Amino acid sequence: MRWFDRVRKSMATLFCRRREVARLEEEMRFHLEQEIADHVARGVSPKEARRLAMRQFGNPVVLREDAQRGWSWGWLDTLRRDVRYAARGLHRSPGFTITAMAVMALCIGATTTLFTVVRAVLLEPLPFRDPASLVMLYEHWRANTGGNPYNPVAPGDFYEWRSEAQGFEDMASYYNFHFNVSGDHGELPEVVKAQQGTWNLFPLLGVQPAIGRSFREDEDRVGDDHVAMLTWSFFQRRFGGDPSIVGKSIRLDSKPYMIIGVLPKWFAYPDARTQVWVPYSDGATAERLHEHDSHYPYVIARTKHGVSLKAATQEVSALQYRMHMQYLGSPVAEDVLSRPMIDDIVQDVKTPLLLMMGAVGCMLLIGCLNVSNLLVARSAARQKEMAIRGALGARRGVLLREQMMETAILCACGGGLGLLLALAGTAWLKVHWRGLPRADSIHVDGAVVLFTSGIVCVAAFLAGLLPAISATQRKILGSLKDASRTSGASVSRARLRKTLLSVEVALTVILLIAAGLLLKSFVQLRTTQLGIAGNRVLTMGYSLPRQQYSKPEQGVAFGRSLLDRVKRIPGIESVSLGTGVPGSGWWGDQVFIIPERPHDKGDKQPDALTRFADPTYFATLGIPLISGRVFSDHDLLDTSKKVIVSAALVKRYYPGENVLGRTIVMGTDITNRKRAYEIIGVVGDTLYHVGEPTKPTTYFPVSAIEPGQRITLVVRTAGDPSSYAVAIQKEISALDPQLPVVDVLTISQIIGESVVNESFSASLVLVFAVLSLVLAGVGLYGVLSYLVTQRVMEIGIRIALGARRSQVLRLVLLDGLRPVLAGTLIGVCGGVAVGYVIRSLLYGTKPLDPLVLAGMLSALVFVAGAACAAPAWRASSVDPMQALRTE
Amino acid sequence: MGKPNDLVQGTLGMLILKTLSIEPKHGWAIAKRIQQISNDVLQVQQGSLYPALQRLEQQGWIRSRWAETETGRQARFYSLTAAGRAQLEKEREMWSRLSAAIDLVVES
Repeated sequence: MRWFDRVRKSMATLFCRRREVARLEEEMRFHLEQEIADHVARGVSPKEARRLAMRQFGNPVVLREDAQRGWSWGWLDTLRRDVRYAARGLHRSPGFTITAMAVMALCIGATTTLFTVVRAVLLEPLPFRDPASLVMLYEHWRANTGGNPYNPVAPGDFYEWRSEAQGFEDMASYYNFHFNVSGDHGELPEVVKAQQGTWNLFPLLGVQPAIGRSFREDEDRVGDDHVAMLTWSFFQRRFGGDPSIVGKSIRLDSKPYMIIGVLPKWFAYPDARTQVWVPYSDGATAERLHEHDSHYPYVIARTKHGVSLKAATQEVSALQYRMHMQYLGSPVAEDVLSRPMIDDIVQDVKTPLLLMMGAVGCMLLIGCLNVSNLLVARSAARQKEMAIRGALGARRGVLLREQMMETAILCACGGGLGLLLALAGTAWLKVHWRGLPRADSIHVDGAVVLFTSGIVCVAAFLAGLLPAISATQRKILGSLKDASRTSGASVSRARLRKTLLSVEVALTVILLIAAGLLLKSFVQLRTTQLGIAGNRVLTMGYSLPRQQYSKPEQGVAFGRSLLDRVKRIPGIESVSLGTGVPGSGWWGDQVFIIPERPHDKGDKQPDALTRFADPTYFATLGIPLISGRVFSDHDLLDTSKKVIVSAALVKRYYPGENVLGRTIVMGTDITNRKRAYEIIGVVGDTLYHVGEPTKPTTYFPVSAIEPGQRITLVVRTAGDPSSYAVAIQKEISALDPQLPVVDVLTISQIIGESVVNESFSASLVLVFAVLSLVLAGVGLYGVLSYLVTQRVMEIGIRIALGARRSQVLRLVLLDGLRPVLAGTLIGVCGGVAVGYVIRSLLYGTKPLDPLVLAGMLSALVFVAGAACAAPAWRASSVDPMQALRTE
Repeated sequence: MGKPNDLVQGTLGMLILKTLSIEPKHGWAIAKRIQQISNDVLQVQQGSLYPALQRLEQQGWIRSRWAETETGRQARFYSLTAAGRAQLEKEREMWSRLSAAIDLVVES
């Protein structure tokens, strides 16, 4: 019961304060009365008794306060008083208060936003069962020493691992695909991203469907009935969230699939764009599922309890090596690599996120230093007050606490506003950061609020302690003795502020350099030459469903009539069909054999990207023909087996030779004459993705495209290419109303699409850097103005004694620029170090890029110069008479 | 010899608890009682008494309630709680150990 008594008493003294105070007073009065009565009883006259009692009693106010201190809320009283004082102080100078609060809100808001994202994306465990034991397995070629060592796994390898390896609890695999979705009742056709996953994938992850069930083992077999699972977003969007859809059928590539389940809302693996899941073996042949030389699926494994990941991986690696030896000559990798699933998911965003987190951290620090600097200036004005209070007996701790309270209030208000900013900021980031994994789990919650409070405390401490200490450390006597005219020359304080400035400038320089490097590599990416004349080119994709277009001739016929129709649209200069336009991605590669030297280049077989093209494809895209010829209509009609190669392929595999008329054999079997192709032409290089190196490429006649594969219609137009999109789409739907069109993009949109994240991180870091620059400029201006105001007397005397204005100007300018110089030197070193840390994010830009360094430094010098110039000018125009008279 | 504070730090609480262990009393009576029992050696000042009472109540060792005195005036009466009784025992034990020890040192 004791704690109950205590709590009751505490609550009473906290909430019924007035009543408690009254009671205490009453009690004291009673005591006094008793005392008086006591004296009277002993025969003292009432008047004398009262006097005696009062004397013995002492000062009732002090007594009451002493007694109240026994309540455990004494600190609250003090706090309230401090807050009131500080609030009054802040209210007196609204300009300072608003500036400081805005700075704090901005910095804390940005930090909180980034923390929210980093926590949700990098730190939170995956939403799967026992996520720590989930790993991804990849194949690895020993010859692959640079770049990404993780290679997708061939389906044949996966099945071998799963049946042979003992070290993992289970393994599952998936690969991506796309379907044309259509309905039986004339619903709008569309293309959706799909994944094909092994039946055990969802049990392995521990994911329960929200509705229905997941795949059964017997459904994951070649040639079985077609079943599909929907993701929540597709279920909501296309079926309006109607649960009765489970058990009904949906048409994917014109074939009916029975919907057996809907995945839960939070499930967004491997990405949020996936709409449909079908079994791994769906639409595949047994042969294809046991290939060891085509690598596209991804493998997830769960480690077994008691078996180390290393041992388990080694076991699979040994299996893989056996297969490598077994299929020597085929592209079967030697080793297997594993990495935790979380790392796999966040690999692309980890460095940019941490970089941005670092950037906002710097900004926060700069903000704190700035507020700190402003406070030092304020506290200088109150120096006398502090000294007097100190002389009257105020303890230093009390003065310190009062000083800190101002900062605490600033930071707390700033933190509150910052939290609101963070709410808006995270929402904005979620929408605008394309392809951010796990974006759905980003939200501001209790932990984030806690983080913000922590940041507020740290910021208050950082920003408040220095000025508070410097304000209270002055010798009382010295301060009182000093006339106000000399107090400004307090050297130590000026030095403190200059040190703070140097740090601020150094951090700004680091941020500027990082932002400059990112910006330059973004510009480099943006202006990359894809190797084509891409202005006025529009592309759009479609894939003919295997069901209706099972014969190649049907596809060819469709293509021909489409080209005829599109050609007739006014303003179309040329139109062609192909696959995988430059900049749009990898799309697929094939190994081949050079019959003249089948075992050249070690055991790594030559390989090249696979593309298809029609006779006018190169002309439409502006890919130059280097030698030989492009396809003729004749090449399309028969099976004459012609191929066109890119300059990079010639350079790499036929250096200095004439390739025209030579033969290459696709695949791994040199005797397979069916896959032997004659090289008829060499065309210029193109990039398959912005920022990636050139890759040898082979072009086959468009007539050889397998049904179901994505075909791209490429159109060169007379005017703005996007304005032709609708007209062309109409022609397609006139040919086949059930055929959806995807990725209607101009070439510049394709480039923009692939650099959107680079542009995103570059512009965000740039924004942080510019804000920091502004903060540093304001800080510099504030410090110098303050110093000049303090030195008006001295400057007046100098001028009176004959100093020229230019000398004064130089004096003040140098005073301001010295910390800038020191900060810049430190900052450049830091910036170069940061450049090396982030070099994986840079493209065509070195960490020591002279252009970036020069540009950023001149930006800084410009801002610093401007910030110093105004106070320096004011100093040089001091009127000596007035300056001397004011004192 | 003056205030108990000067005597031994922190013994006032024990004295109050002890005084209250017989019957509930108001503040003045507590001070008077301590003074009487100690033959006027220990004079409890109001400046120490009321803060101490507040503290003890905060700790949950004593409880207060308003009641009428024999003269019919409303006064705040303090009484010992079970926890206070236990605390008194503890402090008493400590005190006797301490004073015995001091005796040993002083008398040796």
